Amino acid sequence: MTPEKITQAEARCRQYRRRILEVSQRLSALHVAPAFSCLELIDCCYRELMQREGPTPDNFIMSKGHGAMALYAVLEGLGIMSRFDMDNVCQPGSRIGGHPDYGLPGVEISSGSLGHGLPIAVGMARADLELGQKRTIYVLMGDGEMMEGSVWESLLLAPSLGIKDIVIIVDHNKSIARGSIPINHPNLLPLADKIAAFGWEAAEAEGHSAAAICQAIESRSRTRPFALVAHTTKGRGVSYMENKPIWAYRSPNRDEFAQAMAELAESKGAS
Amino acid sequence: MRDAFARGFCQAARQHQNLFLVVADISPAASLDDFRREFPTRLVDVGISEQTMIGVAAGLALRGYRPFTYTIANFTIYRPFEQVRVDLCYQNLPVVLVGIGGGMSYSALGGTHHTIEDIAIMGCLPNMTILAPCDPLEVEAAVMAAAVQNGPVYLRVGKSGEPPITGQAEPFVFGKLRRISEGEDVAIVGYGPILKLGVDAAQRWKQQTGKHAGVYSAHTMKPFDQAGARALLQRYPKIITVEEHVAAGGLGSLIKQAAQECGSNARITTMHLRDEFIHLYGSQDDLRAAHGITVDSIYQELTK
Repeated sequence: MTPEKITQAEARCRQYRRRILEVSQRLSALHVAPAFSCLELIDCCYRELMQREGPTPDNFIMSKGHGAMALYAVLEGLGIMSRFDMDNVCQPGSRIGGHPDYGLPGVEISSGSLGHGLPIAVGMARADLELGQKRTIYVLMGDGEMMEGSVWESLLLAPSLGIKDIVIIVDHNKSIARGSIPINHPNLLPLADKIAAFGWEAAEAEGHSAAAICQAIESRSRTRPFALVAHTTKGRGVSYMENKPIWAYRSPNRDEFAQAMAELAESKGAS
Repeated sequence: MRDAFARGFCQAARQHQNLFLVVADISPAASLDDFRREFPTRLVDVGISEQTMIGVAAGLALRGYRPFTYTIANFTIYRPFEQVRVDLCYQNLPVVLVGIGGGMSYSALGGTHHTIEDIAIMGCLPNMTILAPCDPLEVEAAVMAAAVQNGPVYLRVGKSGEPPITGQAEPFVFGKLRRISEGEDVAIVGYGPILKLGVDAAQRWKQQTGKHAGVYSAHTMKPFDQAGARALLQRYPKIITVEEHVAAGGLGSLIKQAAQECGSNARITTMHLRDEFIHLYGSQDDLRAAHGITVDSIYQELTK
């Protein structure tokens, strides 16, 4: 990525965070922090990695459904989701809610229950083999989601079917609803080694750096399905939210909102 | 019925280029060899991974295929229930869930391998269609019907050796109660291979009394043929339902509900499994008998 593109990506993600905070002020509860940990990951997929035009566009599967606000912000930024829809997330009568629904603009599957995205991606990739169609399916997963048994079933299966064109990105913020993965579930780690042991190519990268994310994914061998374990921070960008479990599902009050907006306006290098 | 499924599926696959078979480490009936030979790449074995079986089917459906998932009924719908609900029903994808050994077909394998609550559980899911054919001939017709539905379908099939009972029946029509034999005074309505007991009881009644019991297959359990049920309730003063399923959410409930809604005074006897798991072994008929469903017991109801 050129320095100019990196600066643009940072500015976009800062704007997405401000937009999500704005929307949060209309609601008593919203998954803000889980969205803030994966914004750069989603933005990078849509802006730098995905082939979005042509007869066989790449897919983006938001398996980590509780990061929906990040997906919506990126989709709104691209003009795929309307400003009206974004303004009305979770409002009475709105078609857009706290988790993505299949059929909405830019939403490829319904998610919210964890461990569903990867098996579906494997089915899509198997269909592509049958159809002779070449495309990449990006699957964004939470690190806590990696505890679901269906994930490991599918990790086991995909290489056996000869699938190569799935790219999993694990939003590794090390935080789950009730605690911390390293403390409460240490045997889930190290993730990359486990995934590699299932026949995948796996790498790690800093998950808030567009350049690092792109570099890691673009330099994959393409001989096997690929997983990037992206190190992230839950609540990234707002000092009081970072790594605080309470922000997994809470909207900031007026003072907190003002502080968060100020921090995001002041940030220069960091997104 | 497994062989009939295989024949029907292969025929359907020749007509519809988008069919796909997704199995979970089960060796489908030998007659599926035809499908394997003709469409070797349209079959995927996911291994012992039923959640993934449903997710993979959903992914195939999102690319335009119509996958049939195939394993023993309890593994088809119970193990991956949430995938069935979310991936298939919530997203309304055209995937056919083939449940082999529905009811107590795997009698001697024990309760883990029985599906005696499946109609109720699948029946309460929005967008789900349920087909439960009663004999091998009806299985073939049901497969063809399943292959053209717009959303998910649960196809409850028996195992092997079920005798044909619909040779003289009126034609199969999706969503309609199907008359197997004409009668008066009493109608026996059921679904699945247990309906053979009703056919036998009706035959005995005819031989011994000269009276005719109408026998009907409720092969489409959802959407249920409300108009057809009302017509039966108006025509027959007495109706006996027979099903290899617990009472809750079964055919007996549907018929009683229809009777209440249309103000019918017909006498309704519901024969079903008790609200108990089965901890004894033997043949499928032995287990049915332990729950009070035999040719004799249906015959007794006819004579009351």
